[in-house]
Amino acid sequence: MAELTRADVEHLSRLARIDLSDVELDRMVGELGVILESVATVQQAPTDGVEAMSHPLPLANVARPDEVRASLTPQEALSGAPEVDEQRFSVPRILDQD
Amino acid sequence: MSTSTTDALMGYDEVIERFDPVMGLEVHVELGTATKMFCGCATTFGAEPNTQVCPVCLGLPGALPVVNAVGVESAIRIGLALNCQIAEWCRFARKNYFYPDMPKNFQTSQYDEPIAFNGFLDVELSDGSTYRVEIERAHMEEDTGKSLHVGGATGRIHGATHSLVDYNRAGIPLIEIVTKPMVGAGERAPEIARAYVATLRDLLKGLGVSDVKMEQGSMRCDVNLSLMAKGAEAFGTRSETKNVNSLRSVERAVRYEMCRHGALLAAGEKVVQETRHWHEDTGMTTAGREKSDAEDYRYFPEPDLVPVAPSREWVEELRAALPEPPAQRRKRLQTAYGFSDLEMRDVLNAGLLDLIEETVAAGGSPAAARKWWSGEIARRASAQGQDVPTYAAGLGLSPAAVVELEGMVTSGRLNDAMARQAWEGVLDGEGTPTQVADARGLQLNQDTGALEAAVDEVIAANPDVADKIRDGKVQAVGALIGQVMKAMKGQGDAAAARALILERLGQPS
Repeated sequence: MAELTRADVEHLSRLARIDLSDVELDRMVGELGVILESVATVQQAPTDGVEAMSHPLPLANVARPDEVRASLTPQEALSGAPEVDEQRFSVPRILDQD
Repeated sequence: MSTSTTDALMGYDEVIERFDPVMGLEVHVELGTATKMFCGCATTFGAEPNTQVCPVCLGLPGALPVVNAVGVESAIRIGLALNCQIAEWCRFARKNYFYPDMPKNFQTSQYDEPIAFNGFLDVELSDGSTYRVEIERAHMEEDTGKSLHVGGATGRIHGATHSLVDYNRAGIPLIEIVTKPMVGAGERAPEIARAYVATLRDLLKGLGVSDVKMEQGSMRCDVNLSLMAKGAEAFGTRSETKNVNSLRSVERAVRYEMCRHGALLAAGEKVVQETRHWHEDTGMTTAGREKSDAEDYRYFPEPDLVPVAPSREWVEELRAALPEPPAQRRKRLQTAYGFSDLEMRDVLNAGLLDLIEETVAAGGSPAAARKWWSGEIARRASAQGQDVPTYAAGLGLSPAAVVELEGMVTSGRLNDAMARQAWEGVLDGEGTPTQVADARGLQLNQDTGALEAAVDEVIAANPDVADKIRDGKVQAVGALIGQVMKAMKGQGDAAAARALILERLGQPS
């Protein structure tokens, strides 16, 4: 597996809009690296003849009826917003969406 | 970044001469379910911002989605109506991206296991021919939130400092219907695009799965288009024009992109693979985001939702219960009602077919149904900016009113002119046709003595016309009927008058 670089972490932090200081960046390169190495270890497990799965239980067709349930109040919904304006989540501008 | 420079355009005829267009259409349809795809929040259009949200559709930690049973059923019915195969087993997938319109940082969609695939839709073109649009897939996903851009001069995205997001729409069930690339459409490509979206809209409306209001965004079309030089085999680079939201715009957007691509290719320039924005006002597209590095959505199977595995029995039940396809129904009813092509076109343009069918089912004749649901009521509806069905519903008018009115004419109580007056009274809210006729004293004069007297008087006063009729020129009877009706002060029975005149003059009626 390719080594995680400082540039990779910077790129990810920008995409996720998480502001990281230089110190934090350095630390994350190491910590994320450890996580990726652990995944790499799992990847070494012998899986020949084992079918890929996305869910541990042999379940299908779990659905709910189309019945309205109570939503949150706008106050509850917006309580975790970084900023609120006109009863909407206010976020830094984005480039190209509508 | 987009710019507002004007694109060079090649003339349409030259484009057709030198290139073959390759077109693919992606249509997103919002389902008309009461709740969202993965949670029980309501889906009411136009609700106050962020009043139809919960931990699931806000992507709060630990919230678990559960799929809407009606959403799955609707997806299967749409797939069947599009002649698709229905997957025996399929999963949802996370489409990961970093935009604030999805608070989860991913959209729950389907990737390589769509619920429906390999179908087709036959589309009728204006010259009466049929074009078969191949359907690649129809898959289930969810809509995104709505962003409002503030701080800029225009309110549009450029120059905005903040985006204000309302998540009421986030999580509303969407079905994305993707065509296979259409090759060989040539100069008819824009018409085919429009006809396909129109046909699809009718089909979905007939299924009752969506209100398919393009102007409200419950049906949206993306146009993928590329050109290849005549005789070439490899497709050119495509552009993807987003959110084209009217039938007319679909046609115009295809044509515009063909002309834009043509000019670029002729000048030896490259078409950039990018998203384009359609501008309804100017009829142009402008560049949006380039697709090259935004394309990695890191799809993976959604671990919080279990697979969807519709049983074959259920699929066949749904197939058997599908409504008759709209095109087939139109043909059947036109034949049954004996409408000419022109009459049928007027009926369809005015959206009257359902009303006429209900009226006939209630005992009316097709001709009377067509007559009374057109004319005066159409004029009044259009003055209100409404279609006839909406207007009639607003008045509480049912097909029974038309059946009643027609019955009063066939029974001989009203003549045509009186029936028109009675109908106007009904539209004015004065009651049922019978109530209006009673209140306004509308009643044919059934006094046969008076009719006989009037007929004899008119014959005596018009000996020349009477002679013509005696000689077999029966068509001259019209002039005499008019005079009889006048003598009866408009309350005579024209049919009875005609029969009596012919009898008096020795002609068979």
